[in-house]
Amino acid sequence: MSAPATQAATTPLVTAAEEKIAAATQLQLTWWRFRKHKLAVASGILVVLFYIGAILADFLAVTGPHSTDAARSYIPPQSIHWYDDGAFKPHVYALKGKRDMRTFKIVYAPDPSDKRYLQLFARGYSYSFLGLFETDRHLLGLDRGKPEDALFLLGTDQLGRDVWSRLMLATRTSLTVGLVGVALSLFLGVLLGGISGLYGGVVDTVIQRMIEILRSIPTIPLWMGLAAALPNTWSVTQVYIAITVIISLIGWTELARVVRGRFLALREEDFVTAAELAGASRLRIIFRHMVPSFLSHIIAAVSLALPAMIISETTLSFLGLGLRPPAISWGVLLQDAQNIQALGIAPWLLVVAVPVIIVILAFNFLGDGLRDAADPYG
Amino acid sequence: MSTASPPVLSVERLRKYFPIRRGVLRRVVGHVKAVDDVTFSIARGETLSLVGESGCGKTTTSRCILRAVQPTEGSIRFLTGDGRQVDVAGLPRAELRPVRRQMQMIFQDPYSSLNPRMTISDIIAEPLLVNGIGDLDARRRRVAELLDVVQLPRAYMNRFPHAFSGGQRQRIGIARALALNPALIVADEPVSALDVSVQAQIINLMLELQERLGLSYLFVAHDLSVVKHVSHRVAVMYVGRIVEIADTATIFARPRHPYTEALLSAVPVPDPRKRAKRIVLEGEVADPSNVPAGCAFHPRCAYATERCRQEKPELRDAGGGNLVACHRAAELELRGVAAQ
Amino acid sequence: MADPILSVRGLETFFHGDEGIVRAVDGASFDLFPGRTLGIVGESGCGKSVTARSILRIVERPGRVENGSVLLRRADGSTVDLVKLDASSREMREVRGGEIGYVFQEPMSSLSAYHTIGNQLMEAIRLHRTVTKAEARDRAIELLRMVGIPRPEQRVDSYSFELSGGLRQRVMIALSLAAEPRILIADEPTTALDVTTQAQILELIRRIQEERNLAVVLITHDMGVIAEMADAVAVMYLGKVVETGPVDAIFHAPKHPYTQSLLRSIPSVLAQPLSRLATITGSIPHPFARPAGCPFHPRCPSFMPGTCDTGAPGLTRLAPDHEARCFLYDQPRETSA
Repeated sequence: MSAPATQAATTPLVTAAEEKIAAATQLQLTWWRFRKHKLAVASGILVVLFYIGAILADFLAVTGPHSTDAARSYIPPQSIHWYDDGAFKPHVYALKGKRDMRTFKIVYAPDPSDKRYLQLFARGYSYSFLGLFETDRHLLGLDRGKPEDALFLLGTDQLGRDVWSRLMLATRTSLTVGLVGVALSLFLGVLLGGISGLYGGVVDTVIQRMIEILRSIPTIPLWMGLAAALPNTWSVTQVYIAITVIISLIGWTELARVVRGRFLALREEDFVTAAELAGASRLRIIFRHMVPSFLSHIIAAVSLALPAMIISETTLSFLGLGLRPPAISWGVLLQDAQNIQALGIAPWLLVVAVPVIIVILAFNFLGDGLRDAADPYG
Repeated sequence: MSTASPPVLSVERLRKYFPIRRGVLRRVVGHVKAVDDVTFSIARGETLSLVGESGCGKTTTSRCILRAVQPTEGSIRFLTGDGRQVDVAGLPRAELRPVRRQMQMIFQDPYSSLNPRMTISDIIAEPLLVNGIGDLDARRRRVAELLDVVQLPRAYMNRFPHAFSGGQRQRIGIARALALNPALIVADEPVSALDVSVQAQIINLMLELQERLGLSYLFVAHDLSVVKHVSHRVAVMYVGRIVEIADTATIFARPRHPYTEALLSAVPVPDPRKRAKRIVLEGEVADPSNVPAGCAFHPRCAYATERCRQEKPELRDAGGGNLVACHRAAELELRGVAAQ
Repeated sequence: MADPILSVRGLETFFHGDEGIVRAVDGASFDLFPGRTLGIVGESGCGKSVTARSILRIVERPGRVENGSVLLRRADGSTVDLVKLDASSREMREVRGGEIGYVFQEPMSSLSAYHTIGNQLMEAIRLHRTVTKAEARDRAIELLRMVGIPRPEQRVDSYSFELSGGLRQRVMIALSLAAEPRILIADEPTTALDVTTQAQILELIRRIQEERNLAVVLITHDMGVIAEMADAVAVMYLGKVVETGPVDAIFHAPKHPYTQSLLRSIPSVLAQPLSRLATITGSIPHPFARPAGCPFHPRCPSFMPGTCDTGAPGLTRLAPDHEARCFLYDQPRETSA
């Protein structure tokens, strides 16, 4: 009765489409599934755009982020006029400030006779592009006069600094703090979670208790304590690094749990036992069988951890414990919007909250989509 | 089954106790006697089935033999390809490797036993690769050969497991197990996760491979109908011990242990004209961490006497080829199932 | 024979997924009589469980009952079509549990771990009957005794996780019978259990059926269990009932090639040791890749090219109570091909 069995298995009547699916790697399958998740794909594109923006921050900015002028304090966002004499020629009116003698506030009035035309790839302040070369080209500029004096897309703050330009540079800082923080957490999480899951026993118990203790400490007071310990004399860069370390100190615990859980689950998988029985070495089992199996989970966990990192930095800086001026980050910018009086005078300072919300939401949708796509049989 | 050549596998007085730990200090407060004094052997080309209900220790026994679980006590002597007998139970890890490649395993769950991120060809070639056998070309040829053996088209080589049905995956698992030309294959419920119509294909394939390659199987199963089709001999386990071991035909036709009788009687027969009064056992399987004194089966046994409550029966020859662990084996007339 | 208590006609339940429509149940018809057991048998993906869930109207989304009728003759003699009822209506809730009790494969997930089994039983009793708490408790203990749970007065206060698999399934049966339904649907009630425990549970179902003249729908993949328990059998393959008949005819004079092949391929304790089994070629197609025409045709030993792969056969009556869905007994319908 072996004939039917032979026949059973030797009928490879497959179409090209079937063959394509049959020979698809897990990565491809994950991608196909992810593609169906429209919201996640859109979020992914948005996140990529934000990071491109972060790379091009100086190029997108119009004025030097530190150029202050008391005479330009609290200028509201400017309106752009698109047509001039029926032709498409975007321009802004120059502003004239006059002090209101009753309130002592400066009131800015546009001067329609002084038109400044917007220009692409205009010259402005000079900066170093990614540390590669010096340039003074910016995406936007004015045909005459310095943009510092006339171009205020999102208004200015108390010291007369352009909010748009500062927002661009803040985005760079905040998004990279997240990345560096996650990279550090990932390293710690995979290392400690892996050890914990692989070796078990006492090592596992010690690491698990450590995680529990770390997680049981209320995060904000802990950060406050650590951040307060940073010497005042440290440079902006030193503080930046210290803050990412502090944030990832907590962040790794979640990733370690994911990794440990996957290791424990995979240790029991039959295909791991099969590899052991075949005589595969421990290293091969870990790197050929176990790690690829949870790589996608890690990617998903990372994309969910990133927004947490960004929020942490923003929170710390907002409370004045993270990055401090002259560093610029979303938290630092939001700090300007901390008091009600400032908000009453210049509500546009709150515009910083918009990218924060968008980025956090986008990361969450992206992470959810990745997680759903990564689980092939889930 | 008395042949001149020594058995491929002979297990003697195998024990596996899992400690039960309690409290903060994780003190050992007792033991789960998963396998308790198990002795059996398997000849070349023979299939021994280990049957019993969940928790009887059949799976732990099979894992001890492969040293996936470290046995507490006893010896597991395996006849290697060069004719030596080595005790797998006491072998250090480094020496275990060359021995272990001669015994392979087929798993129950065809979905978790294949790495979803490897192609079929990589999965089947892995045992060759990690043991440094052949170059890339030779390995590919061997994979093609193995696919022929398990009757899968060679064209499937570059596919991933997700493209296959349960039965096809089980064939792939078998091909992997055969890659190193093992002498013994431990099959842990290899067909219980499959549909009936596919089950038959895999059973036939295993029978065919045994004939062709002279394989020995340790077949772990709970389904006595499947066991009847694949085994030369059957060992019945109850709470960590073998209660009866005999030739397949003998044990099915004339069981000597009351538990074997009850087990056979409980199997539904696919013929409505053979509906019979079943022996329905009272109560539950004993807890392996708290085994009853005397014969572990006595609280559920219809034939139990005072002696069964006090004295643990040893596995003894009861005549007719059956080894039975029952004080009353000689006097009881037990009912089996007849072959058609 | 008496009138059927439950009549299923042309039941269709489809799942609308991203990758297309799965016809999980594609025209199932059968009758159920009081005091009798109907066995529904088939392999994975044949739609036997979805059929049960469709009758109870508990099909999970994205599944939906699309067509057909499920006529239930109620205790007062009236007839109601369950397909026409709103799945979450009060009336349907009364049918579930009240008229039709049900037992599933996994007793662990069907029982709550947060309430004692007594409380769950009492809740089920009081849902359908107006009794005091004390009366309900007495009734719960009585139910536990009926399903053979030792020391029911104490066990009534235990939690499901404190019980073994066999005892949990007994509790499930007690629970399903709490409101004294006249129909019991048991979906693979013994699949997760060991053989000796399975024998206990089957014995229990049989005893209760006799005591209460219960109509039982027993869903299983195990032909042995069917032979043991059923009076009538419906064999399903890929959503279709391919053959229905009395149990003796199904086992000793099967008509549909699938039933014939299936019976030949099942291992039996009665077989000769080391004997080969007959096999069915190939494997069950993926639900998205259901073959055209008769779904069994690619694996069928009696495949007739041009007939079986173009049109779908209808049910042909071969005896008053024996029907098969196969072109061997049916003239091919007009097809456009």
